[in-house]
Amino acid sequence: MSAELIGTAVKLAVALGILLNVVPVMVWVERRGSALMQDRPGPNRLGPLGLFQALADALKFMFKEDVTPAAVDRPLYLMAPVMGLLPALTTFAVVPFGPDVTVRGHLYSLVIAPAQTGVLLFLALASLGVYSLVMAGYASNNKYSLLGSIRASSQLISYELALTLAVLAVILPVSSFRLADVVDYQVRHGWNVLPQIVGFLVFLVAAFAETNRLPFDLPEAESELVAGFHTEYSAMRFATFFMAEYISMTSLSALGATLYFGGWTLPWFHPSGLIGAVLGLAVLFGKVACFLAFFVWVRWTFPRFRYDQLMRLGWKVLLPLAIANLIAVAALTLGGVL
Amino acid sequence: MEMAIFALFALLALGSSLVVIAHKSPIYSTLSLVLTLFSVAVLFVLLGAPFIATLQLLIYAGAILVLFLFVIMLLNVGGREEGIPGGHRMQLATAVLGALVFTGMLWLLLRPALGGLPHAPLTEEMVSLTGLAQELFAEYLLPFEIVGLLLLVAVIGATVIARRPTPQELSGGGVAGAATAALPEPSHAAWAHEADRAGGGARPASIPGGSGSGGGRP
Repeated sequence: MSAELIGTAVKLAVALGILLNVVPVMVWVERRGSALMQDRPGPNRLGPLGLFQALADALKFMFKEDVTPAAVDRPLYLMAPVMGLLPALTTFAVVPFGPDVTVRGHLYSLVIAPAQTGVLLFLALASLGVYSLVMAGYASNNKYSLLGSIRASSQLISYELALTLAVLAVILPVSSFRLADVVDYQVRHGWNVLPQIVGFLVFLVAAFAETNRLPFDLPEAESELVAGFHTEYSAMRFATFFMAEYISMTSLSALGATLYFGGWTLPWFHPSGLIGAVLGLAVLFGKVACFLAFFVWVRWTFPRFRYDQLMRLGWKVLLPLAIANLIAVAALTLGGVL
Repeated sequence: MEMAIFALFALLALGSSLVVIAHKSPIYSTLSLVLTLFSVAVLFVLLGAPFIATLQLLIYAGAILVLFLFVIMLLNVGGREEGIPGGHRMQLATAVLGALVFTGMLWLLLRPALGGLPHAPLTEEMVSLTGLAQELFAEYLLPFEIVGLLLLVAVIGATVIARRPTPQELSGGGVAGAATAALPEPSHAAWAHEADRAGGGARPASIPGGSGSGGGRP
């Protein structure tokens, strides 16, 4: 096997290991976090601070009876959860997580897919995630599920526009879609979050809608739609939707940290070498952890939007803001300010 | 390795596009169209055009087909075979037109190989990001802008057709009349009824107890 292949295999193993393990940790953070905010203890019996509760949850999901209702469209019903996991896992491939390292005279760049179209590929793969919800809702043969997936498709289309425009504004002064170049640019010019604060806010709000998190979780609004698109799912198939949600949150957080907060670098600390690779990974996931904590904090703070409010916010506030931000950034870039 | 990937995704593209036209359920057709587009995107990557591949995924698979699915589910035609409206004559016309378009495209593709034109393969430079940008925004700027304008006109047209008149327009007969003129086919039955009440004052058989305001208009 060539050194190239082994390098990619190691990078894949590291990324997959982290992404998949984020899920049980996040379930624990979500449950303890909500308990903290609602002034109750939360799950605290298993292990220190109730940490092993995550393991128990995972075991429970695996051993529960998996019920497939008789009236479902079987092939689509079985495919839908997996379709959700695929884009969530693949998008992380374009995010750089460390400096270039040389092992035995071979140079490795710490990004799984160093594609020329980097961030566009991320957005393209992320946009495929909606098919999971649409397939689940349609295949379930249940009107609440169908309503959930109709909401999902219109919501994702609306917020993807604002998200893409906000990301493009970051790309303009860098003039490269490669996320590694975005990180380099921030090493030279400082973090993007200050000059791109409007774009960052649009990105943040749109990220909540893209991952169906609480102020915008209308596709599964339990007060109106039972459980929305995953009403008919049980056991591990149901848990797969959860995994997809948490992993896409993690990937989007990694994108946000890379675009606006310097990625795996810190302003006064620019690691290099093999130790630097580990530190870079730690820095990136430290930032991702802040993002994820913010996601949880917002979920247990804000009530759910009404559907018309969601649409109005997307089309009449976020989209014009994102366009204005793009034009302003373009003018500043042309003028040589950025 | 490259050959194996090409073979796999070429077969997938062919197979899934067959499912698109052959399957009874519109939902399955749309979903296999997504698979077709994905496979063709992989072929674009193999041809050294990752930018076009990414745009294909982002725009077609990620946005346009989601709208297709949205409309299919909203109209609730899922699972039912709709067929082509208009019966056999329409089907024949569609087949002839489709064959013509296909032959034309085949001719365009094969023309260089048959010796009609010098064969000039696209270089990687031409399909790269900067190459495409230069072509679009320097060489073909005017056609590009015209296409943009065309799409804008289509969007405005769709908005005008889909828009329902505001309550003021419904009560003020003159404006409602103008709005009705701009909307040739009111699709919503209830809306059409209201428009008749308000704007139909010019007609002799207007409902007497309607809004009344538009009645006196000549």
